[in-house]
Amino acid sequence: MNAHVEKVRSRGRSMRARWDSMPRQVRWIALLALVVFLYLLPNRWFYINLWYFRTMESDMATVLFETSFFVLLAVGLNVVVGFAGLLDLGYFGFFAVGAYTVALLTSPESRFDVGWPWLAAVPAAVAVTMISGVILGGPTLRLRGDYLAIVTLGFAEMIRLYAARNEGIANGQRGIPEIPHPVPSVKGSDGQALFGVVDARPYYWLTLTIIIFVILGVRNLTRSRVGRAWVAIREDEDAAQIMGVPTFKYKLWAFAIGAAVGGLSGALFAGKQSFINSDSFQLTNSILVLAAVILGGAGNIYGAVIGAFITWYLPEWVRGIGGVIGLEINVAEYRILIFGAVLIVMMIFRPQGILPSRRRAAEFADRRQEAAPTEASA
Amino acid sequence: MSEAAPDTTAPETTPPQREALLEVDHVTLRFGGVVALNDVDFTLYKGEILGLIGPNGAGKTTCFNAMTGVYAPTQGEIRFKGERVSGRARHKITRMGIARTFQNIRLFPEMSALENVMVGADAHHKASVISALFRLPRFWREERSGRDRAHDLLRFVGIERPGELARNLSYGEQRRLEIARALATSPTLLCLDEPAAGFNPAEKDSLLKLIRKIRDTGVTVLLIEHDMRLVMGVTDRIVVLEFGKKIAEGLPAEVRDNPAVIAAYLGVPTDAA
Repeated sequence: MNAHVEKVRSRGRSMRARWDSMPRQVRWIALLALVVFLYLLPNRWFYINLWYFRTMESDMATVLFETSFFVLLAVGLNVVVGFAGLLDLGYFGFFAVGAYTVALLTSPESRFDVGWPWLAAVPAAVAVTMISGVILGGPTLRLRGDYLAIVTLGFAEMIRLYAARNEGIANGQRGIPEIPHPVPSVKGSDGQALFGVVDARPYYWLTLTIIIFVILGVRNLTRSRVGRAWVAIREDEDAAQIMGVPTFKYKLWAFAIGAAVGGLSGALFAGKQSFINSDSFQLTNSILVLAAVILGGAGNIYGAVIGAFITWYLPEWVRGIGGVIGLEINVAEYRILIFGAVLIVMMIFRPQGILPSRRRAAEFADRRQEAAPTEASA
Repeated sequence: MSEAAPDTTAPETTPPQREALLEVDHVTLRFGGVVALNDVDFTLYKGEILGLIGPNGAGKTTCFNAMTGVYAPTQGEIRFKGERVSGRARHKITRMGIARTFQNIRLFPEMSALENVMVGADAHHKASVISALFRLPRFWREERSGRDRAHDLLRFVGIERPGELARNLSYGEQRRLEIARALATSPTLLCLDEPAAGFNPAEKDSLLKLIRKIRDTGVTVLLIEHDMRLVMGVTDRIVVLEFGKKIAEGLPAEVRDNPAVIAAYLGVPTDAA
């Protein structure tokens, strides 16, 4: 019986254990190599050599940019859902707030017409989303579990429905056009602005850099009293409070930090697309980010990154794979179906996610043991 | 914990200089129509080990919860060091110096033993989110002292594997880890809710030694237990509850011979005694 539990658990942790047992230098070199690889990835001369890893139908750099802002979202949501254990179903609402803040502050078409440069609008967007996180969290973080999920779901819908109104500042379906690209003064090698319309690579590099800094920040937090408080709240909120953890304060911090990262992601999105409207913020996106976090392994930063990468990249990749393997049918039409099937298979065979946190791995091992006590002795 | 001041004269009677630490002042607690505590009144003095006993359902844990701020009394009040306990946030009550363990173990199962204790030690830390984010000097200072303190406490209660997840510790270790976590909050008063539940005689024995050791470091102990024999061996004074009412208070010997207490435990009607 115990042997089985150990087996399941070791499967959950084997990657972590193997990684932890490597010498420090090896780990650093491996990480460095990965980062270099990621920076090189959007270059055509590089990814063309990567056999079938690249996307066939869509522009690799664009897909990578979209993937990267999605990864950023997952890293932010993972703080809320994975570490503090607060089920937030409306995370995309913060993404929308960030994107609209940038749009309203920068676009000549906005009702405010202040025409800030993109770079100045980003901190403002982060601040506004953080504040909106605190405003939403203030009254609702006293709720627990399902109730919090419903309120956050409502929040995201409220933002979207307001944005869809033609009378509002968000211009409804017509949206806000002419959002300036980041830092127009920086020129590329061809004399054009580096952040332009055609080339998505600079946006990807920018987002990748931001992701690295955000991950470092989140990692610092999780390895401190803040992270301990979050995990304690997730494990047993009452016990945490009685052990002196100001639970409300730390839940609010988790919410605000998550919101800020979501807003940052939205600001990047607005800067790249240079046009947003209410259709950009569908509810399904909130669910998709959550799916990414769960898929990768809630409570593990790198799990969330991998989960988000798969969630966004895989459907795009499947889009182009039909021709390669010589199918007559258009695989692109089935890509979401395929992704759904992958999710279901995943949840059956590895419910704790790809890179689970310690907690999840063990928790699911327990559940299996309860479900199949006879099989367990084998 | 190192600055232990062993109490050589184990008080046979109540200590002469009685400085009140926690006063339960005519507390009544109702849940709807149910009276869980009925005009309970007693005082806990600094440096003593007080036993709170009674048959199952007597209101021991309810009383305990009222003292630690989980419930607010319907009438009366509870004062700790002269200040009202009820109405404060629970984490602030902990910072005032009241720590507790749980009858049914409530550790953070997926944190290591060390991390569990560090959560307790964090109760008095002041490093902000910003200083944790940027690894400012205060963060390092507190992290280091918290870690050292947690290691000391784990040794103190006898847990050898600080890196082990709490869920993987043995039952006895989990109970002792709860005590270490509570002690990490630097309490003046430690409340133990049936810490010996499920223990065999040998484990009970070592627990009694641990409780005395804790008292000797200057921490006042409130012990809830319904095993009378266990309580007799370690407490300085005993308060007995039955059906939410205090039916006796005094030295262990007095309480043991009290007819009302015997009746409560043996089920004889009180008026027959």
